[in-house]
Amino acid sequence: MKPSKTWVIVVAVIVVLVGIRMTIGQGMARAYVERIDQSVEVKANDIHGASTEKWTEWHPVAPKKFEAAQKADPSQTKFAFSWANTIGLWLAAFFTLAIFSFLYRDNPGYRLAEAVIIGVSAAYWGVIGFWDTLVPKLFGALTHTLVHDQVLPSLPAPTTFQVVAMCFALALGLMLLMRLAPKGGWISLWPISFIIGVTAGLKIVSHVESDLVAQSIATFKPLVQPIVSSESAQSGWMLWPTIWASLANILLVVGVLCCLTYFFFSVEHKGVAGRAARVGIMYLMITFGAAFGFTVMGRVALLAARIEFLFDDWLWLIDPAGKRIVEVASAIGSMLC
Amino acid sequence: MSKFITILEGLDRRWIFLAMAISVAGPILFIGITGKTLPETPTPTARAVYRAIEALSPGTPVLISFDFDPASGGELTPMATSLVHQCAARGLRMVFIALWPLGPQLIDETIKRVILADYPKLKEGVDYVNLGFQSGNESVMKVMLTDFAKAFPITKNGVAVGDVVALKGIQRVDNFPLLITISAGYPGAKEWIQYVISSSGGKIKMVTGCTGVQTPGLYPYYPVQLNGLLGAIKGAAEYESLVNSSLAPKDTSAAIPAKYLEAQRRMGPQLGAHLLMIALIILGNIAFFAQRNSKVRATS
Repeated sequence: MKPSKTWVIVVAVIVVLVGIRMTIGQGMARAYVERIDQSVEVKANDIHGASTEKWTEWHPVAPKKFEAAQKADPSQTKFAFSWANTIGLWLAAFFTLAIFSFLYRDNPGYRLAEAVIIGVSAAYWGVIGFWDTLVPKLFGALTHTLVHDQVLPSLPAPTTFQVVAMCFALALGLMLLMRLAPKGGWISLWPISFIIGVTAGLKIVSHVESDLVAQSIATFKPLVQPIVSSESAQSGWMLWPTIWASLANILLVVGVLCCLTYFFFSVEHKGVAGRAARVGIMYLMITFGAAFGFTVMGRVALLAARIEFLFDDWLWLIDPAGKRIVEVASAIGSMLC
Repeated sequence: MSKFITILEGLDRRWIFLAMAISVAGPILFIGITGKTLPETPTPTARAVYRAIEALSPGTPVLISFDFDPASGGELTPMATSLVHQCAARGLRMVFIALWPLGPQLIDETIKRVILADYPKLKEGVDYVNLGFQSGNESVMKVMLTDFAKAFPITKNGVAVGDVVALKGIQRVDNFPLLITISAGYPGAKEWIQYVISSSGGKIKMVTGCTGVQTPGLYPYYPVQLNGLLGAIKGAAEYESLVNSSLAPKDTSAAIPAKYLEAQRRMGPQLGAHLLMIALIILGNIAFFAQRNSKVRATS
């Protein structure tokens, strides 16, 4: 049998199982909401008199709350089926499966999901950039009255220094946009120089403080690290904790020296230097292995979270939070039969 | 044997993807149906996080920075839940900030999941406050070192920080005895250490929960510059079990809510996936050495 046929069968079996799951027990992938009426007393001011503002909010609830309410009173209106949330749930499941489908091969479903993610991300960053950076910082400083009255009533008034600084920032920003102009692109080099200079200044100081100096200090360890129990201080060192702590310190110091030797190219890696460099390579390999292991763990956790979503919220196969009434195990049993 | 090696050499990689999906999905189904989780023994780094929070007296302000977005939620949401759970149980004043744009929404979700659900007596603005997102990365941290209100002039709900009771006595970031960051990358735990912890002269302690990718890069800072570290989902599960065992009511046998077992539930799929990976590495090495031996035999 050709591999493609095998995979068609695998996918067909999964689709059939999902189809069966939709028709048995409680079904799957439905979202419910709870109606909450809100109101607030608005005080009188120069423009409006006192009034009461009312509105309705719809909050997501567990399906079992809806079912219990329906059982008690079929005509209740507090809980309701939510088309919007249900469609959102199905879209989330579709896009999750569409992204996973790339593992088989590139396909239109994957490309659609990819395009949607890029489009949504770009739009979101645009909105965030406007409302969280330009409005409160730039417009809030340069047109404070307008922003204060129309958008952010609690925004504090800017100091003169802040206004001048924002004028400078606006000028730099406009100069940066000159990159897009057909002529005068060189003007954008000035703000780029400013950005590089400030970033380098910030990073050099912080790296010297936190990485070079602090990490060097942390490397100066005693090769024999006595561990004394607070309870048995009279009886001297605790043997095994002292051995382990000393061994850890020795490994640390040896590792630092050997790794530094590996990256020290002014001396040929022969003899003592060569052996030290070789030990340094081993330390580096162990470090890369640990990094790879942690990365795998992280990726598996993300995969588990998506599969949990598919099994819990979409397929209703598991129910760790007790959101539904029907026994999950019986639903799975009936699906398998 | 040679036939088996031939199959291994020509194995379609999609079978490995399917095996990985099954090894992750199987334990999720099992744990989801039975409710059983694997036992966890907290390591010193996870214990250090717990102790750093437990050492603070009730009413002490803590700065909690959500430096991640939903893409890392699978690893970091359980940490955020447990960290806020312990802080709320301890009665600390929680000041939430975010240096990632989607952080404020994740803060709101965590507040709803933990504080509003299990600690309804805690008041917004008094016991906790969400200051929202601030753009600027490291520059926000530098500004916080000199003037906290300048970095975060208003809360997420638009209230001036001068009117917020939870921020009473906070002029600079070093007025917080403890900084908790839940970090997925840049800006995150590393930048907090470089720009705030190093400049504060030891006034602030810092603990972090971070993604697996970040963890190896943060270990060198522990325990001098970083007082506690939750590395990836394993660190989250260890810390979660520690918090659950300390906060579980002694006189009742009430089940722990599912939201406080999220990380421990995800350790089952980790076991399945890691066993599969170990098996694949062994099989891959067998195939490699068998292929090399056959080539050596063919040339000789």
